[in-house]
Amino acid sequence: MALQDLCNYHDILVDDATSESAPFGKRIGFKNMSGLTLRNSTSLFKFYIPAPEYLEGSPIQFGQVSTIQSSKDILHPDSILQSLSSLTAPPLASSQSVPLPFPMSHGTTTLAFMFQGGVLAAADTRSSCSGLVACPAAQKILPIHSHLVSTTSGTSADCALWKRILARELRLYQLRHGRRLSTGGAAKLLSHMLHPFKGTKLCVAATLCGWDGGEVEECRDQDFDLKDCREVTKSQVRSLEKSLDASLDKAQRASLEADGQLSLTRKKQSFSGPRLFYVCSDGTRLQGSLFSVGSGSPYAYSILDQGVEWKLTVDEAISIAREAVYRATHRDAYSGNFVDIYHISSKGWTRRSREDLKEEYYREKEKRTKEKRDVAGLDSVCAEK
Amino acid sequence: MEYLIGIQGPDFVLVAADNVAASSIIQMKHDYDKMFKLSEKILLLCVGEAGDTVQFAEYIQKNVQLYKMRNGYELSPAAAANFTRKNLADYLRSRTPYHVNLLLAGYDDTDGPGLFYMDYLSSLAKAPFAAHGYGAFLTLSILDRYYRPDLTRDEAVDLLKKCIEELNKRFILNLPSFTVRLIDKEGIHDLEKLTHGAK
Repeated sequence: MALQDLCNYHDILVDDATSESAPFGKRIGFKNMSGLTLRNSTSLFKFYIPAPEYLEGSPIQFGQVSTIQSSKDILHPDSILQSLSSLTAPPLASSQSVPLPFPMSHGTTTLAFMFQGGVLAAADTRSSCSGLVACPAAQKILPIHSHLVSTTSGTSADCALWKRILARELRLYQLRHGRRLSTGGAAKLLSHMLHPFKGTKLCVAATLCGWDGGEVEECRDQDFDLKDCREVTKSQVRSLEKSLDASLDKAQRASLEADGQLSLTRKKQSFSGPRLFYVCSDGTRLQGSLFSVGSGSPYAYSILDQGVEWKLTVDEAISIAREAVYRATHRDAYSGNFVDIYHISSKGWTRRSREDLKEEYYREKEKRTKEKRDVAGLDSVCAEK
Repeated sequence: MEYLIGIQGPDFVLVAADNVAASSIIQMKHDYDKMFKLSEKILLLCVGEAGDTVQFAEYIQKNVQLYKMRNGYELSPAAAANFTRKNLADYLRSRTPYHVNLLLAGYDDTDGPGLFYMDYLSSLAKAPFAAHGYGAFLTLSILDRYYRPDLTRDEAVDLLKKCIEELNKRFILNLPSFTVRLIDKEGIHDLEKLTHGAK
């Protein structure tokens, strides 16, 4: 039989005197197989496994072509173990049997936006792994320091590691320079740290949400004149600490070593207020006022684009963030379970208790049926009249 | 997806770039500036692969500034263009080539205005007009037809508007707005953003 040829099964039978180890009972064809070379396979476990990857993959990846495994040595006796360990491989991107309309990765929904009350960050809590929910209660928003929070998307392990590295570097910066690094600076630092890994399988897509307050960013102008002072204060329409910044500005200049940088570079003016940056391991670094990242992001964007504006109150902002994550988790298979909401203001970040989106679903369903009943009731009342 | 265009006149260079920063099918930013100021009279417009653009452009930007600090005078646009090309060429055959397409526009006090076209294979060409991106296929023939070496500033802006109109008409992607800048002997001037009616 063909399979026996491939497995060199007759070798094993020849080795064994008895036939009790035979999964295949038939021995009819053996005499005809004598033409094949006999190999001295000493181990029962040295199978030659034919090409289809699913035979060596784990049952979870059945039917899916995995690019991680295809290049591995299939004669290796540990190939089964290897395929099991690939369960922790980056989700989605490398094991798709159906071609996606666009390259989807980062199985999650995270979002963040700025408004008058600061920055709001929200994320779901489902940690998925090639079609399996690895953890329904993961933490995707990681605080970095008291005024900086980052949402994570991509490979969970990579995100957790790089957040810790970033937190360490920011703390070192604070100890060395006596002031907190701004959100933009933290984003640039993360972006530069991730750049050497570009092209590898490292996958981190984070939004850094922070409040820059009362510190002076690097002022590159050597000559401090009144014009700069006015420009600086003009730009801080939202700042609460204009005079404080201006005075800090002077002090900072006095203490800055003259590093000879001329006014060619953009003037980094001191700023106090909310900031939002998107950093990705492919090198993208964008500043903005609204970002959503992950496989559920298109669904979240459509809800946010309708409702987010600067003058939202904190409660309104929370409710639209929750709605956006809820709708995304409803449609996206890789997002779900709970929603985490963090609010960053000048006092630091605060976290709301985790909300179960299942409850949200049933609440909305009830509201809809109640509305239908009301409408039906009104109709019947009108009909009577 | 991204679009850059440059038009050189007798004593100025007009450049424009779209403002979209996209990630697969989503527009992440609508007001992204793709121009990098290398010096008072040189602009580098940079499009290409996501992280490479910013990393490479900032590297060139800082090096041009360093040259000025060390030597006391600025690099000319031609020198800056050749420096950029050399860096691209050096990285081309390394393990980490930069996939970026560039336009370098500048005004030299002795040589006048210059527009330099560079692509990711580190080719360099000084051209009277140039464009990058899929939009270039649609607009280069308009430039071929209407360009004259003695364009005035207004005529150049009109030519640019013609190109953008064509993009809005025939290009399948939505590029709602463009940053426009003009370089002449006084330096770099920001012109009005060209936006499409439909948002």
